[in-house]
Amino acid sequence: MADCNETLRELEPFIDGEISDEAREHIHGHLGACVDCQQAFEFHLELREAVRRKASNDELPASLVAKLEVCLRDDFDGDGVVGSGGSDDSASVR
Amino acid sequence: MADRSSFADQAMEFTPQLFSAALRMTRNRADAEDLVQEAMLRGFRSFHTFTEGTNLRAWLFRILTNVYINSYRAKQRRPDETDLGEVEDLYLYRRIGSFETAAASLSAEEQFLDLLTDDEVKAALEDLPDNFRLPVLLADVEGFAYREIADILDIPVGTVMSRLHRGRKAMQRALYSFAVDRGLVGAASDN
Repeated sequence: MADCNETLRELEPFIDGEISDEAREHIHGHLGACVDCQQAFEFHLELREAVRRKASNDELPASLVAKLEVCLRDDFDGDGVVGSGGSDDSASVR
Repeated sequence: MADRSSFADQAMEFTPQLFSAALRMTRNRADAEDLVQEAMLRGFRSFHTFTEGTNLRAWLFRILTNVYINSYRAKQRRPDETDLGEVEDLYLYRRIGSFETAAASLSAEEQFLDLLTDDEVKAALEDLPDNFRLPVLLADVEGFAYREIADILDIPVGTVMSRLHRGRKAMQRALYSFAVDRGLVGAASDN
């Protein structure tokens, strides 16, 4: 079974889902027997989730949506050609 | 090879994520809107190079990041990496013990995270120098894998990992200092 230092060294790759199944099993084995490490892992998992939730909730401005919709539907690049070039497929967009 | 006429159908669903990330990058609403629009325009123009069936979200984020680095970062002074200083491991976790819980049903850690405001978390991330902010944004907020972040930023996976490690610690230090400023933690706390 891995010791505390070895386990804590793997904390970030573990939370990032970037370790092998074997290493993951080792860590689970240690966490099952070590409350200190288990709490540290739980805290960092919750911290990650809190960061993701609190830093990704910006409202998309209606003005941007409107601009993109007009561009994508009608004349994306403002060159006067609608969509992928209307009926002329050779009209590549710059 | 992807058909440009289907770009809107496939790409529009990612604009909220792209805008949020653009805000963290530019720290400015007007610039973020311009950045997303420019990235979507480039995505549209080069959609024929996108391979159907591969990860469109990662492809769009790569474009967004490139436009940011090439167009916006150049305008800002790049802070020196050493500005981060050295932060010990488990910085925040080791300090939450001094945080007194008001609700017995919640652990000190859970309650601390609840009390952090969205603005504080955003500020802690946005205050990181670019070299650290972009990997942390792409990993912790957008959930990309090390390999994907390495591809997006054009740096080795080992560099992604070390910047994540240092960037996250610096962010934890900032979050802790916000909590101290608000009186959430510290000796005088009694609620």
